[in-house]
Amino acid sequence: MTEPIIRFDKVNKWYGNSFHVLRDIDLAVGRGEKIVICGPSGSGKSTLIRCINRLEEHQEGRLVVDGVELTDDVKAVDEVRKKVGMVFQQFNLFPHLTVLDNLTLSPMWVGNLPRKEAVDKAMQQLERVRIADQANKFPLQLSGGQQQRVAIARALCLTPKIMLFDEPTSALDPEMIKEVLDVMIELASQGITMLCVTHEMGFAKAVADRVIFMDEGQIVESNEPHEFFNNPRSERSRDFLSKILGH
Amino acid sequence: MDAASPSSADWRPVAPRPAPRRTEGAWPWMRANLFGSWQTTLATLVLGGLLLWLVPRLADWALLRAVWAPDLAACKAMEGVGACWGVIAEKYRVIIFGRYPFEEQWRPLAATVLMVAMLVASCTRPFWKRWLVVLWAVALAAFFALMYGNTLGLSKVETDRWGGLPLTILLSSLSIVLAFPIALLVALGRRSNLPAIRAFCTIYVELIRGVPLISVLFMASFMFPLFMPPGLTIDVLIRVLVGITLFAAAYLAEVIRGGLQAVPKGQVEAAATLGLSYWQTQRKIVLPQALAMVVPSIVNSFISIFKDTSLVSIVSLYDLTGALDLAVNADANWKPFKLQGYFFIALIYFLFCFAMSRYSRWVERQLNAGRRR
Amino acid sequence: MTPKSPPRKSSWSWRSRAFRGLVYQVVALALIGLAAWFLWSNTLTNMRVRGIQSGFDFLSQPAGFSIGESLYPFDSGESYLRAFGVGLTNTLRVAVAGIVLATILGTLIGIGRFSRNGLVRALCSAYVECFRNIPVLLQLLVWYLVLTEVFPTIQNAWKLGPFFLSKGGLNFPAPVWGPGELWLGAGLAAGAALAWGWRHRARRQFDLTGRARSMFWVPLALLLAGAFGGWLAGGASTVLDYPVKGEFAVENGGALTPEFLALLLGLTMYTAGFIAEVVRSGIASVPAGQAEAASALGLDRQLEIRLILLPQALRVIIPPLTNQYLNLTKNSSLAVAIGYPDIVSIANTAMNQTGRAVECIAILMSVYLTLSLLTSGGMNWYNARVAIKER
Repeated sequence: MTEPIIRFDKVNKWYGNSFHVLRDIDLAVGRGEKIVICGPSGSGKSTLIRCINRLEEHQEGRLVVDGVELTDDVKAVDEVRKKVGMVFQQFNLFPHLTVLDNLTLSPMWVGNLPRKEAVDKAMQQLERVRIADQANKFPLQLSGGQQQRVAIARALCLTPKIMLFDEPTSALDPEMIKEVLDVMIELASQGITMLCVTHEMGFAKAVADRVIFMDEGQIVESNEPHEFFNNPRSERSRDFLSKILGH
Repeated sequence: MDAASPSSADWRPVAPRPAPRRTEGAWPWMRANLFGSWQTTLATLVLGGLLLWLVPRLADWALLRAVWAPDLAACKAMEGVGACWGVIAEKYRVIIFGRYPFEEQWRPLAATVLMVAMLVASCTRPFWKRWLVVLWAVALAAFFALMYGNTLGLSKVETDRWGGLPLTILLSSLSIVLAFPIALLVALGRRSNLPAIRAFCTIYVELIRGVPLISVLFMASFMFPLFMPPGLTIDVLIRVLVGITLFAAAYLAEVIRGGLQAVPKGQVEAAATLGLSYWQTQRKIVLPQALAMVVPSIVNSFISIFKDTSLVSIVSLYDLTGALDLAVNADANWKPFKLQGYFFIALIYFLFCFAMSRYSRWVERQLNAGRRR
Repeated sequence: MTPKSPPRKSSWSWRSRAFRGLVYQVVALALIGLAAWFLWSNTLTNMRVRGIQSGFDFLSQPAGFSIGESLYPFDSGESYLRAFGVGLTNTLRVAVAGIVLATILGTLIGIGRFSRNGLVRALCSAYVECFRNIPVLLQLLVWYLVLTEVFPTIQNAWKLGPFFLSKGGLNFPAPVWGPGELWLGAGLAAGAALAWGWRHRARRQFDLTGRARSMFWVPLALLLAGAFGGWLAGGASTVLDYPVKGEFAVENGGALTPEFLALLLGLTMYTAGFIAEVVRSGIASVPAGQAEAASALGLDRQLEIRLILLPQALRVIIPPLTNQYLNLTKNSSLAVAIGYPDIVSIANTAMNQTGRAVECIAILMSVYLTLSLLTSGGMNWYNARVAIKER
């Protein structure tokens, strides 16, 4: 079997002295695999994926991303961040820059691309998420769904190998969720490795290779979507599913 | 599915355990905040060294070798080596009460305590009722009765003998209390649809905010007597009070206007659909919400006015700052120790203002807690 | 069908809103007019009774008093108008110096409150709490007392290198303006042009090739090299006017009076406390998510601050910062309490001598009002330009 692109090896993390937020996480993500992570709030799902691009630091265990081990080494962290793209719940677009400037920022300043190439690349990604006509607008002039699509395009400008999504649709009005999910589904069909924390179970059923259920800092269950939704094996998974699929 | 992923059959819950390396607690805090990196450590060493050199010397001068008794000879002997707090012990009556007659000084003391009590009470929830206005009226009447006298068997003390801390508190409290209704009207006027009223209020606010307080006090001191009908003289205290009130009202009007702008338009529209008139809407719907939002800013305005009352010493009213000059300038013996006197009144101002700013922050937290969902 | 314009409504009934509004305004204006007329007629009567002249003609008369310090020469025979001019330049002198120093100090302290070192944070907080809670007049008086009592007499002045510190103020070596200095100025201008050219070229190169060239250090070096070159070309003169301790005063050199120093120190330290708060809240206003997004995109700390945090923070900082600048300028009016001849002091003296209180106060207020309006106008223009565009 080929080497997994992300490997968590007995990873533990604490907030402060006593809040044990990630407990003995063992996880291997294969190249091109699509994983949906779900669970009750406070279970550590966001913390888990934020460890992958070192927005959070783990205290115990090993975490290796595409052959690079994540430690205090700044160079290692920079290398990893060039390969990992992230989409946030609150979009986090830079409000003082146009959409195009938001996208060309990293390629120009970190990737050292000339402006023309960076702009071409940016327009390519904007076309991909179907929002190329808004390139010269400012983020706050767009709707929530449009802003999130711009955020996805911005992350794609780095040509990452891994895309992380931290509850990308939780801050959107219901009628805008579909446009973002459509973009994510299209992305999934193009072979990129995706880890997505979300409550959108329809998306999980359509796209995920695996669904991971977390509770109280641990991975409780990890299974194919079909198996997970129809035959949840643990008590807690059953409980959770009944709550979110019930209405 | 990888072999490395957990299979649900042999899954065991992991109990929480404490972190292997403590991140909270005194020693970890020091490790992170004082010695985190070599630059931090260097800064800690340099600053720490400076403080270790400075603080004992300061404590020596200010506390250990200071002269606390009003003993002129001892003070002169320790000049330069120890602080002479004796100047305070000797002159504190004049500094705190100004030129008020010595035997009657219990009266300004009582009046000050009353005022401070009223201010503190107005800040606590149980007092936020309608009868607070009446209570303030009674307290102010009592204040003036105590200070001015001429009733209830108390001797008369003219306003030009009022001074020191009571004067500072009187000027700041009274000017804010009087400025409040004016500021309300001006703030509403600035947002009115009637152009003449809006223009007048805007000109008033921009004019006052564009000039320093000293020029307003000069205006009060030199120009107000000219505005009055010939023969009518007004007390300099009243003139200065009017000047400070007009000044405070302009700044308060801006604060209140900020609050009015923050009330969502939908509130006014809802009130209109319910048939409320303009004044009813303002009184019952808009103002309660607007004022609640800007209470911290109002307290900050009060702190500013409290500090600004020190300027009346330039127009010959002996407030806390001016009373020090009164106490020490004429007395050649104690004059060399004027600096200690300044530190004393700086301490008084600091205590009042610091307490008020803490209160303002507390109120802000309360308001935000109420609004967080 | 062509659209018709709406029918003109005009009714004189009390129930019409427009009519009521009109009536209210007329009544308000009438009341204000009445009050103004009342005050005005009283003023005229009082002035007649007291024999006070009115009018601005006194401005051309000789002042009859001398001024302690000024930027350009003034003697007591010159007109009141010129005296006011001196006052204005004195006010601007201390205001501009104070603004520059307070901004530097305040920004450092404001940033210091985010330092990783707990001791630095505590000291910065202590500074802010201490200087904001004591009235500025009191601070000025303390500084003045320290400068005039604690400092030694001129005979025993402290000497630090070429500088003298005493009750007479600070004396420093002043540059002598000669042909050598003109070359220096020309060199500086040439250096500035080169630096600007470099930055322009660096920006274009960045766009074309993606390689970032130095935008600060190299232009700075070019500027200094230009100045140095100009100085060499002008004969490398090191002539400075050094202060020399004479019998009663320190002669030659430049001097800063203790009044100026006390005012500058007091205003700077006081306003720096407020500026620190403004800077701190501006930095804190940028949401944490912005820094996270920048990290996720691979930007290092320097780029993050320059491209993301600073532009957003500055938009929040600049309006209250200009407010603090105005406050500093208005607070400089307290110079009258320590004897520094700013415009308020001059107006005070003029008022006392001529009795023309109304005119002098009017001049005073107009000057400050003009400064305020200019600054607010400039700030409004800036705000409109950089406002983050929303829906």
